[in-house]
Amino acid sequence: MTKPSTVIAYLAAALVLGITVVPLLFVVVGGFRTTAQVNTAPVGWPSPWVTGNYTAILGASAFWQFLWNSAVIAVIATALAVGFGAMAGFALSRYRFPGREALYGLFTIGLLFPLAVASLPLYLLLRQIGLLENPLGVAIPEAAFSLPVTILILRPFMLEIPQEVEDAAVLDGASRLGFFWRILLPLAMPALSTVTVLAFVTSWNAYLLPLLVFNDQTHFTLPLGVATFQSQYSQDTARILAFTTLSMVPALGVFVLAERRIVGGLSGSVKG
Amino acid sequence: MTRRLELALLLGPALLLFVGFVLAPIGVAAYYSLYDWQGFGSLTDFVGLGNYRDVLTGAVFQGAVLHNLVIVVLSLVVQLPVSVALALLLNRKLRGRAVLRLVVFAPYVLSEATTAVIWLLILQPGGFVDQLLSGLGLHALIRQWLADPRVVLLTLFVVITWKYIGFGIILLLAGLQGIPRELIEAASLDGASPWQATRGVVLPLLGPTIRIWIFLSVIGSLQVFDVVWIMTLGGPANASTTMATYLIDHGFKRYEFGYGSAVAVVLFIICFAFALVYQRFALRRDTEGALR
Repeated sequence: MTKPSTVIAYLAAALVLGITVVPLLFVVVGGFRTTAQVNTAPVGWPSPWVTGNYTAILGASAFWQFLWNSAVIAVIATALAVGFGAMAGFALSRYRFPGREALYGLFTIGLLFPLAVASLPLYLLLRQIGLLENPLGVAIPEAAFSLPVTILILRPFMLEIPQEVEDAAVLDGASRLGFFWRILLPLAMPALSTVTVLAFVTSWNAYLLPLLVFNDQTHFTLPLGVATFQSQYSQDTARILAFTTLSMVPALGVFVLAERRIVGGLSGSVKG
Repeated sequence: MTRRLELALLLGPALLLFVGFVLAPIGVAAYYSLYDWQGFGSLTDFVGLGNYRDVLTGAVFQGAVLHNLVIVVLSLVVQLPVSVALALLLNRKLRGRAVLRLVVFAPYVLSEATTAVIWLLILQPGGFVDQLLSGLGLHALIRQWLADPRVVLLTLFVVITWKYIGFGIILLLAGLQGIPRELIEAASLDGASPWQATRGVVLPLLGPTIRIWIFLSVIGSLQVFDVVWIMTLGGPANASTTMATYLIDHGFKRYEFGYGSAVAVVLFIICFAFALVYQRFALRRDTEGALR
């Protein structure tokens, strides 16, 4: 006989599953309907199924352009954040110098700065140095805002690598930087992949900064594109549904592949 | 000497980026906030703390603070118990648990923009949610989800909850995994019911995780922007304005750079003050490693 508490657990699980999945399902399935179908019966299956919404979006350039722009920005932002973050994490963990902890503290309070607070001066700065309407104008500040969490995760990890490992490398003739490059970075791979995924997802999903930096639609990232598409085609619900579905595919795909990294990284970073 | 060079080489780029694009802009915002300025030309119209007076006494900004606080409080009294309950349930040996975890967490990886658009579509008047409610015989519950000033904030809270609750659950599950089984078994050997074991053993040990969650949730609630901006722009009639949407609205739509900067500084001070106080009184125990 099943215990009542187990039944309750399954019921709760089913409820959570439903609340999470139904909105997503509505969007995905809705993309296979026509706007007329969606309007007359919002709750319902496609009859007949149409693929026109999806093929029209995949056949036009806008979606691919947004995807490409997002990818370029996310790759640059991630490379800068992880590269510079790893270097700083190394200095802050394996070197002893006055002010080390204060400097580390400075980076960590960066976690509290929402981009919105910096947005006005940041916008003027980007205008000044000519980075408006430029992918770098989004990627560089995003990297800067990703540095705190990157360093916060990498430093404890690098601190835990035993001094003997470093001593052995030095005995074998490695310089400090050689030790960093050839031994520490490979050893820190789990933490590095976590911060990489975090920085990438943060950049990929960012909305405010691209909104401020880009006016020209050919520069738009996917989140900006989705929001804009929604307001431009507000009469064509089915098209928006299909577009939104397609915009979810990369994030959900990466998530399914890298779930352990993302989940482990988030819970690990929080436990500090 | 080479050590210094190495340090400069290693720390330089990160510091340059961090100071140039994170710290300096916030400092500069504090400077702009003392001027009446449109973002062009030189700063000549010094108004002292005038912008702050206008911000703090303005009814719309006060409303925005209130809306942020409503979201903070709702998160603590609704999301937290629900997250803890669901994490406890999901921590049991259920069939399909791995899939369930994956699904519950999925909304968290979607962008805020995508989330907002999904819910805009679902909540259209006469749309999916409305029809679903009628179908279930709950016609009386239907509201103008985003157009009724009395409802809009709650609607946005539901959307935010949908997106972020999986994050809390995953965090709490990780915390639960760190609790040794033997402790719970020992409690039940001593005659504790499962409920007593949960209350007396599991929840106190979950304390550090819960306190971190509260911290992240409050900071996130104070800064909420994307979902609100895309779904309502703070409307109707400022009924869903938050501090961040107010800031962007005044700064970028009305080019009130001085005034907007004052809003930014106020928003920052509120977050910072909360973080300091919370760090001092709630998190310190954890960082000291004292689990009681």
